[in-house]
Amino acid sequence: MAATPLLELRGIDKSFGPVQVLHDVGLSVYPGEVTALVGDNGAGKSTLVKCISGIYNIDAGTVTFEGKEVAVHSPRDASALGIEVVYQDLALCDNLDIVQNMFLGREKKNGIVLDEDTMEEMAGETLRSLSVRTVKSLRQLVSSLSGGQRQTVAIAKSVLWNSKVVILDEPTAALGVAQTAQVLELVRRLADNGLGVVLISHNMNDVFAVSDRIAALYLGRMAAQVKASDVTHSQIVELITGGRSGNLGLPPEKPSDFIDITPGDVQ
Amino acid sequence: MTTTTTTTAGGIQAVKPTVSSHVRDYWARVRGGDLGTLPAVLGLLVLTLIFSVARPDTFLSALNFANLFNQGAQVVFIAMGLVFVLLLGEIDLSAGFASGVCGAIMAILLTDEGMAWYVAVPAALLTGIVIGLVLGVLVAKLGIPSFVVTLAAFLGFQGILLTLLEGGKNISITDEFVRSLNNDSMSVLWSWVFTIVCIVGFAFVQLNRYRRRASKNLITDPLGIVLMRIGGLAVLFIAATAVLTQERAINAAITSLKGVPIVVPIIAAFLVIWTFVLGRTTYGRHVYAVGGNTEAARRAGIPVDRIRISVFVICSFMAAIGGILVVSRASSVDPNTGGSNILLYSVGAAVIGGTSLFGGKGKVINAVIGGAVIAVIDNGMGLMGFSPGTRYIVTGLILLTAASVDALARRRASATGN
Repeated sequence: MAATPLLELRGIDKSFGPVQVLHDVGLSVYPGEVTALVGDNGAGKSTLVKCISGIYNIDAGTVTFEGKEVAVHSPRDASALGIEVVYQDLALCDNLDIVQNMFLGREKKNGIVLDEDTMEEMAGETLRSLSVRTVKSLRQLVSSLSGGQRQTVAIAKSVLWNSKVVILDEPTAALGVAQTAQVLELVRRLADNGLGVVLISHNMNDVFAVSDRIAALYLGRMAAQVKASDVTHSQIVELITGGRSGNLGLPPEKPSDFIDITPGDVQ
Repeated sequence: MTTTTTTTAGGIQAVKPTVSSHVRDYWARVRGGDLGTLPAVLGLLVLTLIFSVARPDTFLSALNFANLFNQGAQVVFIAMGLVFVLLLGEIDLSAGFASGVCGAIMAILLTDEGMAWYVAVPAALLTGIVIGLVLGVLVAKLGIPSFVVTLAAFLGFQGILLTLLEGGKNISITDEFVRSLNNDSMSVLWSWVFTIVCIVGFAFVQLNRYRRRASKNLITDPLGIVLMRIGGLAVLFIAATAVLTQERAINAAITSLKGVPIVVPIIAAFLVIWTFVLGRTTYGRHVYAVGGNTEAARRAGIPVDRIRISVFVICSFMAAIGGILVVSRASSVDPNTGGSNILLYSVGAAVIGGTSLFGGKGKVINAVIGGAVIAVIDNGMGLMGFSPGTRYIVTGLILLTAASVDALARRRASATGN
């Protein structure tokens, strides 16, 4: 298990006008691990992800990537660092095929002509590295794919660029049982390939099935970040709904104080 | 037929397509709602058959065949430009009168200002580009729906055309070069050279693509299909050239009239250029992406606004060429140049050819095939002595049919996931 986090957030604040959405949030993402980011609706998960991906600028706090403090001001900055986000709505073009979607906006060119062959080979290479065998042809239109296959394409698109951190926003939300299993397997494989994976999910079964660490947000504060093996299902639910569970989480009397429960503190 | 399973470079298991499986796949796509140009090609065949039976002497003559190209040129050019706008799910209702304005500017420069064609023609093209830029900026930057912007421009350009022509006078042009564009034909020798260049070029592109992909072990279309495509194009082009190089003058002793009309290579050149741009360049890929899912395109870092402006520029630029050609054909410009049914014929051509009104689906070749359908209807019904009223009604119905086919195919496609 890696000792230093790949991506580390400390003391992140974010307000929209008078409403402070994130209070002093910290999060560590380790290479080769799946970190689940859980929290109720409105807890600030999406805002946090958008801060990491550069869609929102943070008001205070530091972002450290591979040991260096970085400033992420736009999605381009995040991509340049190797941070990719797969949003819930996937952002795929139905009228384009798998290869075209995977390279959208970053097409390989040969002079002014698109280098379709190289792109097709690279796309196939990436899908193979993820052990994806569920698509019939790389030249299939995305409109003809099932929900799970689309999710697979979106994930494959995010790892095509030697990305180091992949953030997945509810990848299994709209999927059936078999497809959920497939996507979770893929999520696990991303981490096994050495990437730092952040998985946002509402489904506790999914969270416990694949994640190494669980970070629970409660009303814009990081209630706890713990190892998945150290906590139970119900403890996480309590963290999500109440912000604390036993000696875990936010102290009841002074909720503004942030307690970073590092793995070592948890018995 | 045996099917061999191969593992492609990507490690994705795939069945190597054979001629029969390729045909089956194509048919499955058609049934799934991906019709492409099929309805237009079938329509063209049926219409040609009907008019050939009804008017074998006039419709089937070489003279009339050559006329079809000259008559259809303006609609085909505007339709080619409209394909780009339609790909984004937008519309340009002003393209007809934009072509009229550009044609009028060329005519005025040629006559009143006494300038040469090499000043007047670029000036007309530049006017088209400026018009497109204005429309595109209004749509993309101000966010006004293109329907409203171009409807306003439709009225505005009609007014500009009337003003340019000082209340409706007719300007005749005498410039030989401009008149030759959409009236004259190439010599018989050049006609054959053009035909052979087209066939060899097409064969080269197709075979080269097959060879390159096969060498990298990527899935290719079966060689049989590739050869059939090349053969089909060769037969079509040679037959057409053979007809067009016949003597078609009514009295050949006075003026000989034979060869492929000059406008054919002009159409072919733009067809090749725009097909290349849409299919093989990053720009084209981004046009499809914006038309398919604007939000996805934006997140992929594609400059959506610039793409949106650019399609209006291309559309008006093509309309300008259409305007030059129609002025060339009539050797004059009047307040109705580019007016009446031209715009609806052009939209009809693009849609009948298989371009979707919902955006994201279409090719430049659609405009040419659809334009051929429109030209045949207009020409054939004219020869059969139908009144313009009937012709409008029939063309309207055909446009409506094409739009229904488009909408139904789309519904079917979303139902079958194709």
